[in-house]
Amino acid sequence: MPSQIAIGAAVPGCAKVDPILIADNVRRQFGGNVAVDVEHVEIPRGLITALIGPNGAGKTTFFNLLTGFDQPNSGDWTFDGVKLAGVPAFKVARMGMVRTFQLTKSLNMITVMENMRLGAQRQPGESLLRALIKPLWKRNEEEITARAAELLTRFKLDTKSDDFAASLSGGQRKLLEMARALMTQPRLVMLDEPMAGVNPALTQSLLEHIRGLKNEGMTVLFVEHDMHMVRNISDWVIVMAEGKIVAEGPPNEVMKNPAVIDAYLGAHHDTDLGTDKQAKGN
Amino acid sequence: MDLILGNAISWLFQPITAAYALAAIGIALHFGFTGLLNFGQAVFMAVGAYGFSISVKFFGLGFWPAVGVAVIASIAMAFLLGIPTLRLRSDYLAIVTIAAAEVFRFIVSTTSAQPVTGGPQGLNQYSDGFYAMNPIPVGHYKFWVWDFNQDDLFAIAVSWVVVVFFAILLAILIRSPWGRVIKGIREDEDAVRSLGKNVYSYKMQSLVVGGLMGTFAGILFVLPTSVQPGNYGTTLTFYIWTILLLGGASTVIGSIVGAMIFWSLLSLTGDLLSTGVDNGTITFLTQNQVGAIRFILVGVALMLLVIFRPQGIFGNKKELYFNA
Ligand SMILES: Nc1ncnc2c1ncn2[C@@H]1O[C@H](COP(=O)(O)OP(=O)(O)O)[C@@H](O)[C@H]1O
Ligand SMILES: [Mg+2]
Repeated sequence: MPSQIAIGAAVPGCAKVDPILIADNVRRQFGGNVAVDVEHVEIPRGLITALIGPNGAGKTTFFNLLTGFDQPNSGDWTFDGVKLAGVPAFKVARMGMVRTFQLTKSLNMITVMENMRLGAQRQPGESLLRALIKPLWKRNEEEITARAAELLTRFKLDTKSDDFAASLSGGQRKLLEMARALMTQPRLVMLDEPMAGVNPALTQSLLEHIRGLKNEGMTVLFVEHDMHMVRNISDWVIVMAEGKIVAEGPPNEVMKNPAVIDAYLGAHHDTDLGTDKQAKGN
Repeated sequence: MDLILGNAISWLFQPITAAYALAAIGIALHFGFTGLLNFGQAVFMAVGAYGFSISVKFFGLGFWPAVGVAVIASIAMAFLLGIPTLRLRSDYLAIVTIAAAEVFRFIVSTTSAQPVTGGPQGLNQYSDGFYAMNPIPVGHYKFWVWDFNQDDLFAIAVSWVVVVFFAILLAILIRSPWGRVIKGIREDEDAVRSLGKNVYSYKMQSLVVGGLMGTFAGILFVLPTSVQPGNYGTTLTFYIWTILLLGGASTVIGSIVGAMIFWSLLSLTGDLLSTGVDNGTITFLTQNQVGAIRFILVGVALMLLVIFRPQGIFGNKKELYFNA
């Protein structure tokens, strides 16, 4: 299996057969604290990759940098061959690289359906002048609404369609945020702790959704502390610690890697990588 | 008594009320729908008042070109205020707008600017071009306790046509996909950015459109009266915010009704108090204090409103902004 994903041995920063995202020397410092210092990493296309690591490892910061929400001190990265350094966040999303946030950003005072519609791209009615002439955007709106309704059904939020997002539970908001991201029809989906706070009854179906994305041809990169989920659905695991990539490989092999155990034990001694116990993250 | 009531009721439809309503609709777009803290709506009104009147008086332009100058000046002002602040946290816009309004007022009221702006005296008699378009026959029109001439009626009619036009425009905009993006920005601009929207551009568009409403309000405000620099202080902005919160920040109709209530109440309390002072029933106030006390009463009414109905009269309880 690994031979189909990586070129050569599964070492930190190894090249991939078909990478969709390639980052080089991405470095971000907060004062004296180096939050991210990634020499080289490649994300394989069409697969599910997990980014794991103890709290404060720099995973969220790395997401922020890659998606244009934060600027690195140095570094370069390409998405599908297009250089992204310095590209503003909204353009990154338009290119098909969409992310969710660790702290859910549901748009509380608008309805669940409007949240979803907001994810759609190329709605001409989003331009100030065309907004005034409904016939110019009515058909797009119908198409968008149909697509949104379908996704809401898939995420079991269809009954909440007309409610304000504020009325959803924390887990439902996570689901809404993910569904909304999918409305952009991305090629790469980056999920920052998609399972945190989600009702355990829903986790299984969430896993199925993520597998479904892969079946539809999307690439998924997600941050997660739930080792059960990581082992269950990821094709590849990348481990970060103290801003650096310290290990890579297929899930079962990475969990045995001494560098990984070190990284985790360095931060919290109570995390047992062998069981399904969930490490609390922030 | 009829006179007092008639006076209060006339404030429901005075051009001044229309002007305040329109300015409030502008900040409904800024604050209620986009989340922008514009504490300088007075500057957009001043740009309208001075842009229009200077064009007529100093440059000798006709009515429509003068309106065009005000519109261009308003858009320029929105860019001037927005470019340095809209990428920053929301409080920066608040500081810059409040300061800009004061700076503008100081500049136009200096004596060295007198030849153009009229300095501290301001400007008057620039409305001939406007009243020349009046189709209403010359005469006095009496209803109940009111007595209007043809120009009064024309100013009232035009003012409310303009207000209704912009109210409908805003209602259409906020129900459109454009409005959806705007409301999304109010809730969480990073989320909207992550969905591929150019947040900075939308905030700028909102600032320009809401500012234009302020500018048209400024023109309506001065057409039947005169341009007085003292009118464009922070109190003007404060009254407009009062009206906005009174009616409900994320509504369109709220600004209109808010302006009506605000001005009628001011008139009613003022008239009642001064009658009371005159006929001796109120002994603890002098006539001079009545002007101030009625604003205190309005302030108290606003406090009660924020406590007991924080979403405003027309606001939806779920769309609430005092939830911090
Ligand atoms: N905005 C910020 N300002 C200062 N330090 C930050 C900021 N964001 C993150 N950090 C620091 O960067 C490091 C990495 O944080 P983060 O990326 O959130 O880690 P993770 O998501 O892996 O838990 C931490 O030490 C954190 O304190
Ligand atoms: Mg994190």
